[in-house]
Amino acid sequence: MTTPALKGPALEATDLVVEFPVGRGQKVHAVSGVSLTVAPGETLGILGESGCGKSTIGRALIQMPAPDSGTVRLNDRELTGLKAKELRGARARMQIIMQDPISSLNPRRKVKDLVWESHAIWGYDGDDKDGKIDEVLRAVGLDPETVRDRRPHELYGGQAQRVCIARALMMDPVVLICDEPVSSLDVSVQAQILNLLEATKARYDLSLVFIAHDVAVVKNISDRVMVMYLGKSCEVLPSEDLHLRAVHPYTRLLLSSLPEAQQSASAGDTVVARVAAELPSPIDPPSGCRFRTRCPLATDRCAAEEPLLRDIGAGHQVACHHVAL
Amino acid sequence: MSRTLPKTLLSAVGFVAGIALILLSASPDYFVTALRLVVAVAGVALMIVSGSALGKRLFGDDFDFSFWFSVTWLVLLGLAVALAAWLPLGEHIDVANSLDQPINASPDPFSANPLGTNLFGLDLLARSVYGARSSLVIAVTAVVIGTVIGGAIGMVAGYFQKSVDRVVGIFTNSLLAVPPLILLIALATVLEPKIRNIAFALSLLTIPGMVRLARATTMLYAPREFVVAARALGATRARILFRELLPNVLLPILSLAIVMISILIVAEASLSFLGLGIEPPEPTWGNMIAEGEGSVFEDYPHIVLVPGAFLFLTVFAFNLVGEKARRRWDPRSVKL
Amino acid sequence: MTAPLLEVDDLRTRFLTPRGPMQAVDGVSLTLAAGETIGIVGESGSGKSVLGRTIMGLITNGPTTSVTGSVRLDGVDIHGLTAKGRRALWGTRIAMVFQDPMTSLNPTKLVGTHLTESLRFHRGLSRGAAATRAVELLKQVGIPEPERRAGQYPHELSGGMRQRVVIAMALACDPQLLIADEPTTALDVTVQKQILDLLQSLAERLRMATILISHDLGTVSGRTDRVAVMYAGRMVETGETGRIFAQPRHPYSGALIESIPRLDAATHSLLPAIVGQPPNMLNPPAGCRFAPRCAFAQDKCRTESPELVDDVACHFPLTHALEVPA
Repeated sequence: MTTPALKGPALEATDLVVEFPVGRGQKVHAVSGVSLTVAPGETLGILGESGCGKSTIGRALIQMPAPDSGTVRLNDRELTGLKAKELRGARARMQIIMQDPISSLNPRRKVKDLVWESHAIWGYDGDDKDGKIDEVLRAVGLDPETVRDRRPHELYGGQAQRVCIARALMMDPVVLICDEPVSSLDVSVQAQILNLLEATKARYDLSLVFIAHDVAVVKNISDRVMVMYLGKSCEVLPSEDLHLRAVHPYTRLLLSSLPEAQQSASAGDTVVARVAAELPSPIDPPSGCRFRTRCPLATDRCAAEEPLLRDIGAGHQVACHHVAL
Repeated sequence: MSRTLPKTLLSAVGFVAGIALILLSASPDYFVTALRLVVAVAGVALMIVSGSALGKRLFGDDFDFSFWFSVTWLVLLGLAVALAAWLPLGEHIDVANSLDQPINASPDPFSANPLGTNLFGLDLLARSVYGARSSLVIAVTAVVIGTVIGGAIGMVAGYFQKSVDRVVGIFTNSLLAVPPLILLIALATVLEPKIRNIAFALSLLTIPGMVRLARATTMLYAPREFVVAARALGATRARILFRELLPNVLLPILSLAIVMISILIVAEASLSFLGLGIEPPEPTWGNMIAEGEGSVFEDYPHIVLVPGAFLFLTVFAFNLVGEKARRRWDPRSVKL
Repeated sequence: MTAPLLEVDDLRTRFLTPRGPMQAVDGVSLTLAAGETIGIVGESGSGKSVLGRTIMGLITNGPTTSVTGSVRLDGVDIHGLTAKGRRALWGTRIAMVFQDPMTSLNPTKLVGTHLTESLRFHRGLSRGAAATRAVELLKQVGIPEPERRAGQYPHELSGGMRQRVVIAMALACDPQLLIADEPTTALDVTVQKQILDLLQSLAERLRMATILISHDLGTVSGRTDRVAVMYAGRMVETGETGRIFAQPRHPYSGALIESIPRLDAATHSLLPAIVGQPPNMLNPPAGCRFAPRCAFAQDKCRTESPELVDDVACHFPLTHALEVPA
């Protein structure tokens, strides 16, 4: 299979809205109007704390569940609104790597069957099954002899995540969505997987959406970073020198929350969130700017008027009324 | 090594002696009734203690005597049921052939009727074995029907949820709302008391439990990442149900099925006892126990005790094996 | 020099598991003076949490557990005490803060009740005095509107607020030693810093010795006086925090520090990863436990287990500072 030369972005999503009913007519506003594009070969990082909707976006991109409104285009093909049968094929070239690698693998299957699953589903049977399995296992840095016949519970976390990556690669994907792919792994193994993702992206010509809460990890692997807060995108910027260029008060708060060892090199200002301020409930988010309840710069305007993402040059967009240009 | 050998021997001797005591207690000639009970209890105790010690010596500390005892019992019973026609058993059904046999004979392990005879001189061992045949066939058939239907309904409800789940919920709750005995009696008045019909009636009892377990287990696994991954690869719903979810739902369901067999054996026996099941002279454990009605039990307790013991041991064994299977396969204890 | 507050000597904790014995803590010694803070860093399976619980006396000798060595608090061996004696220490002399604040709190009890119960039990305060002190404690850990919060249930509070309540409970009877086991792992990044700042300032103000257990190097850097790095049940390196981060001497400490992405590094830079997988503690490697993953391992490392000498347990310790000091 060869990827036709792409003109447009590999993945484009506009105005995604995802809401979950929680009874009594209330709903969680998990994602409220977020747009993103990923160019071919690009890595887009999505950064945010738990509850900001970053994982929900990842799932909405693969239509599991489909967003309540908004569109998702993969390789110029519209995914939203497709029938289940059409969707199966249409989204197959977008794969997802999830946080917990062990539970991403069916506990009752062997590694070789897990990796071969996509071919079994699509009926690409044929010759040299074992050879293809071994090749992809080697490509993700596993020794086929030792792991081929193991079951997930016999693998270490890092190995299991490699199997997940191998399984995704068998689909010959265009876009790989990585949802916190290293946060359940041991510290000493995280770097292995991050390096593997970089190498895999180059080798297989992938575009990546890398979702995580760790600023340094996201910065290292991404070309551009989107910072999310409470279901909204508050800043999109190139990751190079992100720690120096970021201007949104929430991004600055994230950066200043880093341990001192990593923080020393970032810009000197420290945004002190109001200590008392709690993360507001996504069931009833604040009016206007959603960060205003914790923002040191907040004024009446922030409550009345929602700041939209605006371009401030050099591929940098920010949604804040008070950031000086 | 040389020191453990005598201990192993001692346990083996104790185990054999325990069984011998049980056999002795069953023989009429040696003891008066009260003493027989004492000897029987002593034999059982000796058998359990030495059997457990023997097993631990031979197979390590994890040896679970009651489990292996149950398995042995079920295997022996299964073999006896399967091979009943070829075993040298006494007459079990045709009164014409038992005219020359003593009636209401007490058990004597060393006679032609090791477990005694009933009012018509029919051999109790043979009747218990043939009774096991109907009991087991009915219980197992009912559980298989219940597991397949209930499991399928439960998985579909657990996977699709929403309106499918609501409909299934109403269906299972309605089945649960009807008292089982009344349901069975109602069915028994309509249906002919044949093995097939009774199995069908009893399967209705197992369906709600199976639906619930299958539904709950499916709901436990359906949101797991591996199902999301399979969907992302393009797997169809049928494939996800069969290939991803079924292998994980199957083991907990099978362990419940084993326990349910024991419940249905009791249910079938209760029906037969009430005269609503298989009709005599065709033996089942239930109608055999029913033969002890009135003063028969006082005069010839073995008429009730023999099928009772078969029933007890079988139900006990299925429960124990089912429980062990559940502990082993319970999704909550599976490390993932 | 006075005797240290806490002396842990050659502590070993071993569990009998269905799959064989597991030496979770394998000969750890450390001392801690009053008011001092030590960070214990390690991955899952390093034994750091078991070490914390053994020091606390939550893990003691039992049918499937064996504890040898000693833990002395002010000269009293915690493992020599009766269960009752240990309970008397908990809350009053040693307190512990766990990872998940929700499981440390009883969902059916009011926030205030969690605090007043221990105050009345340990301190014999009257109902009114205990309530007053509870509000003071909540204020001390930075909970706004403490009077109102005391009358709420744990589920009405956010994760960060709950962890503050747990810390307030730990402080209720002025302990001399606080063991915080991954106190911020379950919390959001922006809240983590607040909780760590709180712990640090409380420790300074109350001259409380603190053991901060974490898998995250960033958590302990800049907040502890000393660090102990654990790997596979053993302490592989210990020393002054600044020194460990600038010039680690055990190859594991060095590799761990270098493998973490840095904000000021160039985007897409290759991370110096540690090869291999964490050891299986049921069947740990012979010799130095890190040898199979160590870039500098030699034959001696695979056969001979190194002792902790000069703060490092390595036959061939590193001698140069990291290129980019953390």
